[in-house]
Amino acid sequence: MSDSAPRAAAVWADAVLAVRLLAADPAGIGGILLRAPYGPVRDRWLALCRRSLRGEVPLRRLPPQIGEDRLLGGLDLAATLRAGRPVAEQGLLAAAHGGLLLVPMAERLSPTLAGHLAAALDRGAVVAERDGLTLEHPCRIGVVALDEGVSTEERPPASLCDRLAIHLDLASVTLREASLPDDEPEVERVREVVAVRSDETVVAALCEAALMLGIPSLRVPLLALRVARAAAALAGRDRIDERDAGVAARLVLAPRALAAPARPETDAPPEPPAPTDAPEDRTASSDDSLTEIVLQAALATMPPDMLARLRDGGRRRAGAAGRSGAALRHKLRGRPVGVRSGSPRAGARLSLIDTLRAAAPWQSLRRAQISATDGRIAVRPDDFRIRRLKQRAQTTTILAVDASGSQALHRLAEAKGAVELLLAECYVRRDRVALVAFRGRGAELLLPPTRSLVRARRSLAALPGGGGTPLAAGIDAVRVLAEGLRRRGESVVVVVLTDGRANVARDGTGGRVQAEADARSAATALREIGLTSLLIDTSPRPQPVAADLARVMGAAYLPLPHADATALSRAVVATAGPARAA
Amino acid sequence: MRAAFPFSAIVGQEEMRLALLVAAVDPSIGGVLVFGDRGTGKSTAVRALAALLPPMTVVRGCPYNCDPTADAAACSAACPVPAAARTRKPSRVPVPVVDLPLGATEDRVVGALDLERALTRGEKAFEPGLLARAHRGFLYIDEVNLLEDHLVDLLLDVAASGENVVEREGLSIRHPARFVLVGSGNPEEGELRPQLLDRFGLSVEVRTPNDLPTRVEVVRRRDAFERDPDAFLARWRREDGKVRRRLEAARERLGTMPVSEHTLERAAKLCMALGTDGLRGELTLIRAARALACLEGDVEVGDTHLRRMAAPALRHRLRRNPLDEAGSTARVERAVQEQLGS
Repeated sequence: MSDSAPRAAAVWADAVLAVRLLAADPAGIGGILLRAPYGPVRDRWLALCRRSLRGEVPLRRLPPQIGEDRLLGGLDLAATLRAGRPVAEQGLLAAAHGGLLLVPMAERLSPTLAGHLAAALDRGAVVAERDGLTLEHPCRIGVVALDEGVSTEERPPASLCDRLAIHLDLASVTLREASLPDDEPEVERVREVVAVRSDETVVAALCEAALMLGIPSLRVPLLALRVARAAAALAGRDRIDERDAGVAARLVLAPRALAAPARPETDAPPEPPAPTDAPEDRTASSDDSLTEIVLQAALATMPPDMLARLRDGGRRRAGAAGRSGAALRHKLRGRPVGVRSGSPRAGARLSLIDTLRAAAPWQSLRRAQISATDGRIAVRPDDFRIRRLKQRAQTTTILAVDASGSQALHRLAEAKGAVELLLAECYVRRDRVALVAFRGRGAELLLPPTRSLVRARRSLAALPGGGGTPLAAGIDAVRVLAEGLRRRGESVVVVVLTDGRANVARDGTGGRVQAEADARSAATALREIGLTSLLIDTSPRPQPVAADLARVMGAAYLPLPHADATALSRAVVATAGPARAA
Repeated sequence: MRAAFPFSAIVGQEEMRLALLVAAVDPSIGGVLVFGDRGTGKSTAVRALAALLPPMTVVRGCPYNCDPTADAAACSAACPVPAAARTRKPSRVPVPVVDLPLGATEDRVVGALDLERALTRGEKAFEPGLLARAHRGFLYIDEVNLLEDHLVDLLLDVAASGENVVEREGLSIRHPARFVLVGSGNPEEGELRPQLLDRFGLSVEVRTPNDLPTRVEVVRRRDAFERDPDAFLARWRREDGKVRRRLEAARERLGTMPVSEHTLERAAKLCMALGTDGLRGELTLIRAARALACLEGDVEVGDTHLRRMAAPALRHRLRRNPLDEAGSTARVERAVQEQLGS
């Protein structure tokens, strides 16, 4: 129908191949990251996965909210009490040993859960120290992570992605291409994957191609090598050849490319040669033609627009700045994330069931001690378990308003109108607002972070205008406030309304040159702490000085359109959007 | 469990390897924090070090790995070995490198009542936890930034006091728990609390090598190791042996290695120029430089040693200066240039 159909057919063919490769060496390959929306195509692919596993090999599903006790294993309380000795319960990871673990909604996987999976993949075993037991089980698994992320920002934790060799994207595949192979193949008896030999040139070519595609992790070429080895084993070869290296390039290297390769040997090398103690002539051992084949195989699978994007300076690396503050623990509010021992004081909430569970194994011991016979359960303070709750991070929007004379003349009233709209927006989202004003000789925190819309409105209405523009002082005040909020784990969005024409320096003296230099250094410092910020140029005509300041500050720049406060509000919401999602 | 990758077969990552060795020579330095890129062999290096360490002498049957030459009173009252028998027939055991897995519960870390004995015999007996197992060895925390806050607090407390105190079910146990804390993590997963940061003696930043020959060599060795671990280990046994002997020799020299007034002054000046908080930085710098001199077989501690250990000993103790765009490593290097010359 269109030219995308052959490409989609090729993508599907590779997806089918990926299943066979994973079945051949699940623990070596680590797994598959499948980016595809929920739908029939994905279902078909999953059916293939299941089919590849016939026999006793398990396919387990990881419930997104699984607790650590179920994942890692722990004390089986019922069996323990019945048997009168500690009985361990196997966790999900141990139960999946030898098979596949399906991770739905991987883009929502918590870093801790991803950390557990990564540890199991690295060690080939699950090790836990829980409930008075040391548990160690073999856990050689392949992980199939289903990524249903919609935007490019929504990605599964990088620690997991890095360890799954094959990355597939089935978004472009329709049901027409997604045909199931007719023959019901027997579970493939492939030759021993480890026995497949690899030439030095293959290792060198995969490493070089990965480097040229801008892939930093060293795990990737190693995984590519294992995929190539599995491909050779499937094809019945005892040595990796260029076709196998090509498979690895398509499935492992291409989806991770962060840069478009410079032409090999003709252009400058992609990276400046760093000093190394390894002999230089090693490069000579990499076969240039094989590297070229690998590279071409990788490039051929990339959609043309992706290649263009990479050439335009590379894909934006999803920064995780502020991630640590995205969720914080709270004693009273939020979603439960398990229990820990502790006393139910200082507002912590007792988890009754878990406390009783903790007390249960010790009952016979305690009864003997206190010679109690009334059948009551003896609970000690050591048994107390309190709930741990996780709260969505609070977002605070800091509004910094330039109330200087140059502002007051024409735009302050308008800016106030815009800010009021923003306040209403924040109120709807239950965000907090802080208000900083700068005029005359310095900056002032008019309103500490609050949820009260009324207070915010009142202090804004009472904001007087006039005087010089101590822009540096204003930005510094914002930074100090933002750093404090960040330390408490809050997400912070900064909105600065100014015309950018500073004329009061940090020390309070006048003079445009020093004032502007100070403003720039303050803006750089604000950028250093890595916040989402927006600079709204409030001058009648957009000023290059304000646009420049926004650039230094790492802020989005928006000239205030004449009296269009609605557009302004929309811009803030758009800027703040990604920060809230993080 | 798979066998550990040989320490001497690790390609590059000089600073990380050196910091681990230095921390192993002198446990009082306070451990190492390894922070950096994914897939740079952070965990590999730590586990490799474990396999390399020379065995230590312990009181036979003591669950707390006590040294037979140490004062018997230092050991826990719960130790089953009677004081008189402590010096008899000591055993040689590998230095413990204890993993603190993510999701470990508090009772397993500090120790708790022995569940088995409570259930089967109705006895109250203390079962030592990971902290006891790590005594005189290493405690390794992978993904240290994902560790639960309450466990972090607990570890900080024990690491500072060198003693673990447990109050459970009317039992009151205290036992020595001096260990070298080794943490690793990826800064993208979240920052480390400053209090924990400061507790590590040394900190190293690992980056992915970006020159092709090094990268090829890393993949080649790793692949060879995975395909035939025994043959690979055999090939590197000699090299690992050399490193082990160097480590042993360094430990013996540690007590007698002279540090001149001049060197102490230089270290103090460097720390002052950097404005590091407190004396901990200075002390760590001196100790690390001394351990390095021992490793290198030098006769006394000098500027060369200070220069090499300045970054790992000090970079995580700098106050953040938002007006300085350079990273902390560059700031330390600049100060070293100014104070010690090149």
